[in-house]
Amino acid sequence: MMAAKPAAFAPPAPLLTSPERVRPLISLEKAGVTFGRGANAVEALTPTVLDIEKGDFIALVGPSGCGKSTILRLVANLIRATTGHVFVGGREVGAERVGIGMAFQNPTMLPWLRIRDNIMLPLKIVEPFRSEFRAKRKGEFRDRAEALLEVVGLKGFGDKFPWQLSGGMLQRANLCRALIHDPALLLLDEPFGALDQFTREELWAILQKLWMDRRPTVLLVTHDLREAAFLATRVCVMSARPGRIVADDIVPFARPRTLDMTFEPDFVALTQRLRALIVDARTGKV
Amino acid sequence: MDALSERTRQRLKSGLLILSFFVIWEVACIVFKVSEIILPRPTVVMGALVQFFPGIRPHLMQTLYTTLVGFGLGVAIGVLIGAVIGVSRVAYDTAYPLLVGFSSIPKVAVVPIFVLWFGAGTTPAILTSMVICIFPIVVNVATGLATTEPELEDVLKALGAKKFDILWNVSLPRAMPYFFASLKVAITLAFVGTVLSETVASNRGIGNLMMIASSNFNVPLVFAGLFLLAGLGVALYVIFSLIERRVAGWAMRKQDFAMG
Ligand SMILES: Nc1ncnc2c1ncn2[C@@H]1O[C@H](COP(=O)(O)OP(=O)(O)OP(=O)(O)O)[C@@H](O)[C@H]1O
Ligand SMILES: [Mg+2]
Repeated sequence: MMAAKPAAFAPPAPLLTSPERVRPLISLEKAGVTFGRGANAVEALTPTVLDIEKGDFIALVGPSGCGKSTILRLVANLIRATTGHVFVGGREVGAERVGIGMAFQNPTMLPWLRIRDNIMLPLKIVEPFRSEFRAKRKGEFRDRAEALLEVVGLKGFGDKFPWQLSGGMLQRANLCRALIHDPALLLLDEPFGALDQFTREELWAILQKLWMDRRPTVLLVTHDLREAAFLATRVCVMSARPGRIVADDIVPFARPRTLDMTFEPDFVALTQRLRALIVDARTGKV
Repeated sequence: MDALSERTRQRLKSGLLILSFFVIWEVACIVFKVSEIILPRPTVVMGALVQFFPGIRPHLMQTLYTTLVGFGLGVAIGVLIGAVIGVSRVAYDTAYPLLVGFSSIPKVAVVPIFVLWFGAGTTPAILTSMVICIFPIVVNVATGLATTEPELEDVLKALGAKKFDILWNVSLPRAMPYFFASLKVAITLAFVGTVLSETVASNRGIGNLMMIASSNFNVPLVFAGLFLLAGLGVALYVIFSLIERRVAGWAMRKQDFAMG
């Protein structure tokens, strides 16, 4: 299908420096993080500037230990910036409740709950669902979970316990849990890192579809450059620790992207460029 | 079906092994002409048990009562301390050394103190059994509460979960298997505590009964007391295992859980 129009470029996205841009959903203003004090201090993130528009899909790539997870944790308000500021929704992070869904490489399903109940866990915690949980647990919320399960290809598995599912299936469930409360912001830390190539590619397509349907703002940390280029609207490359952003590329390919596209010259050229950047970053050339 | 008969066969096997232990004991006593004063045969012990049962019964009830009350108090206090220690870092650092130190004291040494405070009888026995079973409960509950996967905690905190939400939805259920494991240890320890105290300072209970029987050289009766204690211990252990299966079955063999 996509082979028919090889270099399908989307209309040029607004440049980061464009003066009339809308206020970004997330913005790091020289946000830096240092863990520990004195002789034990580790600078995990050098003061970084990063703006993310609402509805964007950002992939963060970079050498191991460069501070990608740290950026995610900053945005989720799990840690505080040692220097600079983090703004979410125009206000200092934490000031405003923004629906956040998070998923890691480790699916961390609770072993004593059925998959459906695992997925509904955020509804027990986040308002406005929380106050209605008892009333809607068996009705509307359950349907919501079932619908999501169907999208990720787990129809009929809601009654199973986590140990009855494979790693790939658990990761699908993990995505459902991150999305059940319709978060405005989705933070994914190497969610597909432990999966085989085929499952991973299948999940790319699912995630793309979910993103296109719901348009949350996504921040995806990954080591897989094909994954980054396939999914993201923007790829940010970070340098080795202490990390900073050394390249910020807009990925122009039209959506929905297909796996075939990932073998086309433009796509391959992009992933190779990213690769070269990271190799340089690792060896400290940038 | 095959799996079931496999399990039944295994149970049968272990049952036979336990039985053969007593048979060997019996036979060895006969073959080596072991005196009843040294080591009575199991059949003799059972005989003594039946013969003296009316006299034993009140002692048995006393011991059971004392143990269960002591155990109940121990569980309540142990869970409380364990919860505080498991949730708060400061409490952990403060209380843990104290607890380790306290649990290293041989409990025989505390019985006279309890007797000094409360006089001989039921109270020191309850307290001894309580004190002796607190430690494993505290340690297990604290460990269970403290081991939440950091990623899961991040996921929940990002959702805006309060400490209590995490405790209620994740930490408490996760601590259940640890808690039950500790209950099984604690109940057997509670018996130890009770009997210890009864032996030293009481005129009732199995411990006291065994003391008196041994000073009368009624060794079969002493062993009858031992058998009863072992039987009670096993019975309570089994009861807690069954409850554990229902409440924390997810942590055990998964196939069994799927069937039940
Ligand atoms: N809690 C912490 N205390 C001390 N140092 C930390 C802590 N968390 C992270 N670091 C350090 O900060 C640096 C960045 O960590 P971070 O987890 O953000 O890396 P990353 O880019 O996600 O790496 P990876 O790709 O391997 O996951 C690392 O060098 C790490 O050692
Ligand atoms: Mg990381």
